[in-house]
Amino acid sequence: MSQSEFKPVLLGRIDRPDSQSLASYRADGGYEALAKALKMANTEVIDVVKNSGLRGRGGAGFPTGLKWTFLPKDVNGPIYLCINGDESEPGTFNNRVLIEEDPHQVLEGIVISSFATRATTAYFYLRYEYGRCYRTLKKAIDEMYANNLLGKNILGSGYDLDIYLHRGACAYICGEETGLIESLEGKRAWPRIKPPFPAIEGAFRRPTVVNNVETMACIPHILKHGPEWFQSMGVPKDPNNPRDAGSYGPKLYCISGHVNKPGLVELPMGITARDLIDNHAGGVWKGRKAKAVIPGGLSMGFMTNAELDTPLDFNGPGRVGCLGLGTAAVVVIDDQTSMVDVLYNACRFFAHESCGQCTPCREGTAWSTKILERIRDGRGKLSDIDLLLEISSSIGTIPGTTICGLADGAAWPIKTAINKFRGEFEEYIKSGRRSESPVLAGAH
Amino acid sequence: MSELSENAKQTIAEHLPRYPSKQAVTLPALHVVQQERGCVSKKAMEEIAEILELSPAQIHDTASFYGFFRTEENPLGEKRIWVCRSLPCMLRGGEELLAALCEKYGIAPGETTSDGKLTIELAECLGACDGAPCILLEDELHLRCSVEDVERIAKEPTPETKKV
Repeated sequence: MSQSEFKPVLLGRIDRPDSQSLASYRADGGYEALAKALKMANTEVIDVVKNSGLRGRGGAGFPTGLKWTFLPKDVNGPIYLCINGDESEPGTFNNRVLIEEDPHQVLEGIVISSFATRATTAYFYLRYEYGRCYRTLKKAIDEMYANNLLGKNILGSGYDLDIYLHRGACAYICGEETGLIESLEGKRAWPRIKPPFPAIEGAFRRPTVVNNVETMACIPHILKHGPEWFQSMGVPKDPNNPRDAGSYGPKLYCISGHVNKPGLVELPMGITARDLIDNHAGGVWKGRKAKAVIPGGLSMGFMTNAELDTPLDFNGPGRVGCLGLGTAAVVVIDDQTSMVDVLYNACRFFAHESCGQCTPCREGTAWSTKILERIRDGRGKLSDIDLLLEISSSIGTIPGTTICGLADGAAWPIKTAINKFRGEFEEYIKSGRRSESPVLAGAH
Repeated sequence: MSELSENAKQTIAEHLPRYPSKQAVTLPALHVVQQERGCVSKKAMEEIAEILELSPAQIHDTASFYGFFRTEENPLGEKRIWVCRSLPCMLRGGEELLAALCEKYGIAPGETTSDGKLTIELAECLGACDGAPCILLEDELHLRCSVEDVERIAKEPTPETKKV
């Protein structure tokens, strides 16, 4: 399917009046996919999702159906589905819009996914800051209970499910799936060592699946239109790479920073960053050029202007040295902005949000911030550049020094900023220049 | 005299059947208490611990992990406004907004005005980058905010809708 033929799927209803209500959702065919799924065997539902090639939209891109098959076959006692609504990656707001504008789409996906995984309780972990989402979901869940879409014997199928909203308390680490589970259990959100993976031992030491909000929103459409329809969008598997699972389906791209029209755009997966910025975000603001672009949330690192023809699918950003597609949250930085200031902001974020469990991450993020403070204060040394690089190659699961992958995400902005913009850092340090504090926006 | 209100106790009781462990009600309990009192006192933590059959140290451990909860030494003002300073907001003036508001109210991030009316916090990404710079008033996002917008929001009466 070409871009011009594409009609929004996940955002298809958001301009409808009263798009949040059950009545309007049902008028548009809502919960038909659930009725269909409940007549199937749960393993058949898993097969449909597996065959669609849907990969998790939260950042890691793990195939959703495959994740579900990791649950043990014979389970005595409960299985849990946890919905990761802790959306906190800088630049990312797609889950917020999905929940605020079309909550039943997400909730229908949750009921179908719970049925597929045999979960009888779903915990929707929602970041505290999304108060409007919380109230929207609460209302929608009440409507579902009142209409036999939740609770006992859903739509006469014999299947029971409860969904509980669980509010976070402003911590980035809760977006990491095992950190989320610890937080749900009432503890500090320290990620767990894996294995055991949540499918074997997750929430309350029970088999658990953790799925992202946008992933859930895809599920009803896949059930309704089938795997082939889903695969008609996006980028097929790379025939030269047997490990590639393809980048299928529609995707929500968040666009923010120095563009004329920041916002949320839905397209078949695989649009290039340049096309997205120029044709869907009104171009770079003030007639300027992009100096650097983040392809999928802060932790993915930076692309240069020369790399903007990279397709934003699961493979593209990795080919130009970024960590991955992440959340597909594109942040544009114009050519009047200092990369020293940008990297300082990034390091400060990770220092603030490091959960403190693993020493390399806790100390590495704090020291990289201090080094950048020193550089911005006009006291930097040229050797600081390699020191920053050394820190960035010492923290994360890739060098094997931390429990969770969020430390890799703290390393990547440093690596890519320095490897791709080294000259700018050298020039800044040599000039003895001092940045104003607070960081001045490119608005000036 | 009990530190927890009847409403807080009832909210905790309502949450207990939702989870297979009592400890899982820690965050909901901390939220309801802070919502009512502007902080979670040591005594409140002890009472929550008793209901959830935990050590007060476990409640404190969780509460202090999240920068969200305040103790009685540092309670919140009547209103709490978070100003986002993460990259997408920084690129569109978030840092200046935070600095200007702190100067205007004569406080540093995390502090409360001397009349107890307003607490200003710095926030990392609030998830409203399409409306940078953005702020959060209690748990409601406000997009594309100027200093004047925030001043106006700070003066408005607190809505009654916010129940944990």
